[in-house]
Amino acid sequence: MSARFRVGEAVAVRAAYPPGHIRTPYYIRGKRGVVERICGEFANPEELAFGRDGLPKRPLYRVRFRQRQVWPDYAGAGEDTVDVEIFEHWLEPAAGEGAR
Amino acid sequence: MSEHSHGHRHDHARTFQPDHDSGGPLPYLQVMEIATRELLIEKGIITPQDVQRQIERMDARGHSRGARVVARAWSDPQFKSRLLANGRAGCDEMGITDLEALHLVIVENTDKVHNVIVCTLCSCYPKPLLGLPPAWYKSLPYRRRMVREPRAVLTEFGVELPNEVVVRVHDSTADMRYMVLPRRPEGTEGWSEERLAGIVSRDCLIGVALPHA
Repeated sequence: MSARFRVGEAVAVRAAYPPGHIRTPYYIRGKRGVVERICGEFANPEELAFGRDGLPKRPLYRVRFRQRQVWPDYAGAGEDTVDVEIFEHWLEPAAGEGAR
Repeated sequence: MSEHSHGHRHDHARTFQPDHDSGGPLPYLQVMEIATRELLIEKGIITPQDVQRQIERMDARGHSRGARVVARAWSDPQFKSRLLANGRAGCDEMGITDLEALHLVIVENTDKVHNVIVCTLCSCYPKPLLGLPPAWYKSLPYRRRMVREPRAVLTEFGVELPNEVVVRVHDSTADMRYMVLPRRPEGTEGWSEERLAGIVSRDCLIGVALPHA
């Protein structure tokens, strides 16, 4: 599998809002995090939803976000995180420090 | 036709979510399910008994297998490392092999980290290990609030965590499914795996409860 991002790398979620069946939650679009692990390759749900084969498979990542970066008024502890599974075509490289 | 467009809101904490329809018109997807089922039966592809058996099989599946996996991990540190490295392989070792397409990630609670599971997009859940998800797990307030204010929701479930403990929320948005490996409670030294499994509730495996001796 050729994955574009490495574990520990800082990434940003695309702030895009296309129509269709998207498995990238709204609340995480445009946010920055760090790759927690590479999950493998899976059929693209955006294609599967329309009865197509979803191929070629896409690399899927678990990205860890700091809650304080996701929700500016987050009331919990500063180290709290949310981990979200995101397909590679929703990620971009992010310069600077990450969430770890 | 979206399952998210049913319009009503429940913003109170432990929301009541009816499991059955309230007598109003059937939603689109439910009508489609009935139509498809009746066609399959009419064409002799499945029988009503097949449907009944499958429903009973799913209803009967509880969280006991998840609890057994936890009890083994508490009892055998080497098994625990293998389980954390590859959840699926750990289950295979225990003879739990009918996990279908489950891609299992086990997240371990420690004295520094507490994990909790949610699916904000729908209700993804490791059914082969935990059975069917509870109604509250599928409710909008749980899904919305567990990512937004997890500590408040955990407190409502009776789990109070000091600020030094990091709360990690896991949103199962795609192909992975998650199960929490809780901390083994004090006072369980020397217990058998069977006895240990008995104190691991479903909610402990989701991360909204802690096991007690």
